[in-house]
Amino acid sequence: MNALTQTAALVAKDVRSELRTRYALNALLMFVITSVATILFALREDPASPEVLGGMFWVVVFFSAMSGLSRIFVSEEEKGTALTLQLIARPTVVYFGKLLFNCGLTLILTTAITVLYVLIFPQFTVQSVPIFAATVVLGSLGFASAATIIAAIIAKANTRGTLYPVLSFPILIPLLMTVMKSTARALAGEPLVSALGELQVLVSYVLIMTGGSFLLFDYVWKD
Amino acid sequence: MRAVKILSVTLITLVLIGGIAIPLSPVPQSWFEFPVIPGLEDKARNILFHVPIAWTTVLAFLVSLWYGIRYLRTKDLAYDLRSVSSAGLGLMFCILATITGSLWAKFNWGSFWNWDPRETSIFVLLLIYGAYFALRSALGSDEVRARLSAVYAIIAGLTVPFFVFVLPRMVSGLHPGAKGDVEGSGPVVQFKMAPNMRVLFFAGLIGYSLLFVWLLNLRVRTAQLEERADGQSE
Repeated sequence: MNALTQTAALVAKDVRSELRTRYALNALLMFVITSVATILFALREDPASPEVLGGMFWVVVFFSAMSGLSRIFVSEEEKGTALTLQLIARPTVVYFGKLLFNCGLTLILTTAITVLYVLIFPQFTVQSVPIFAATVVLGSLGFASAATIIAAIIAKANTRGTLYPVLSFPILIPLLMTVMKSTARALAGEPLVSALGELQVLVSYVLIMTGGSFLLFDYVWKD
Repeated sequence: MRAVKILSVTLITLVLIGGIAIPLSPVPQSWFEFPVIPGLEDKARNILFHVPIAWTTVLAFLVSLWYGIRYLRTKDLAYDLRSVSSAGLGLMFCILATITGSLWAKFNWGSFWNWDPRETSIFVLLLIYGAYFALRSALGSDEVRARLSAVYAIIAGLTVPFFVFVLPRMVSGLHPGAKGDVEGSGPVVQFKMAPNMRVLFFAGLIGYSLLFVWLLNLRVRTAQLEERADGQSE
């Protein structure tokens, strides 16, 4: 089997095991509903400005991602399958398999949040769909790329749950600041050209994080 | 190490005395007068302390990163000891830089914290190394701890270009060199310091850097002695 089919097999295995338990998906979606409901309670009286809602959007993405994305490596450690995986697959294959799975999960997550937001908040009107779509897709990929390598690190630690957001937050700050800014542009209905700078930052963030993780994954993964 | 000690103490003493005692003058006549910078006045003296400390913070974190990479390449725990000692010192200098900067911001910009790009960056630096030490305390064996914390430091280091080069261009700031600064030229600030101030400034840079070298040496030696004492008692 070459690396590509191996990666595909790994993703298929993770998808199958996820569909059986639905652990990560349920946790993520419940977390989204909980946090959006909390925002609704907080904003009940006065309607928030689109800018605030755009910022809140990524707050929800951050905390939901932190509740579910570490699962991918933690479950291997908990089930004791990490060693088998180390034996049968090369680290590169494992890394890209897990990254692809997390990318898919984050895209589902951001899509779900977008749908909920559009349904619930009348002020959340996306004036510029291209900017918003590009931001959400690139932002999701950026989230997944940083979250995957931190998940691999965290899987070896004793206090996984609390440590995960603590370790991820400083690394995600440049991403969060950029996506918040470009979401604000999308809500204000600016032309695609004006958000070009932000989108370039997002692309470079994804590339740097994925490249760095790819080079360092060996050290994290092999015991 | 003796030369490092003497030089560091001499230079820092020089900066302390010179930086505080040299009087300001609107038209400096001799080397013993600083020019008055409108808007900064006496507060300009802080540049001799705040900037060298911030510089040493960066130096300490780079040294820590360098030894982290060395550890990953050689798997020699002595490098990990150096890396973590340097990171600890970096955190100390980072807190000092935050305090000196925050005080300066209060009296020059009106508030202790303004979320200027540089303030955001140092906040992130504090968070990263806070997380770094939290991660180290959560890992059991020495090898795993050394390996994963080095990897985390490198991953976190990958975000640094965004804070140094990208963020100051996107958000307007208060530090020199930020977006909207007419004289700003990006991350490298043009030098327009008076010659006598410049001498003290570079004396500060070298003095604090040497202080870091000395402290790092002390920390590493103490840790080695502790290790040996532990080995003997067992």
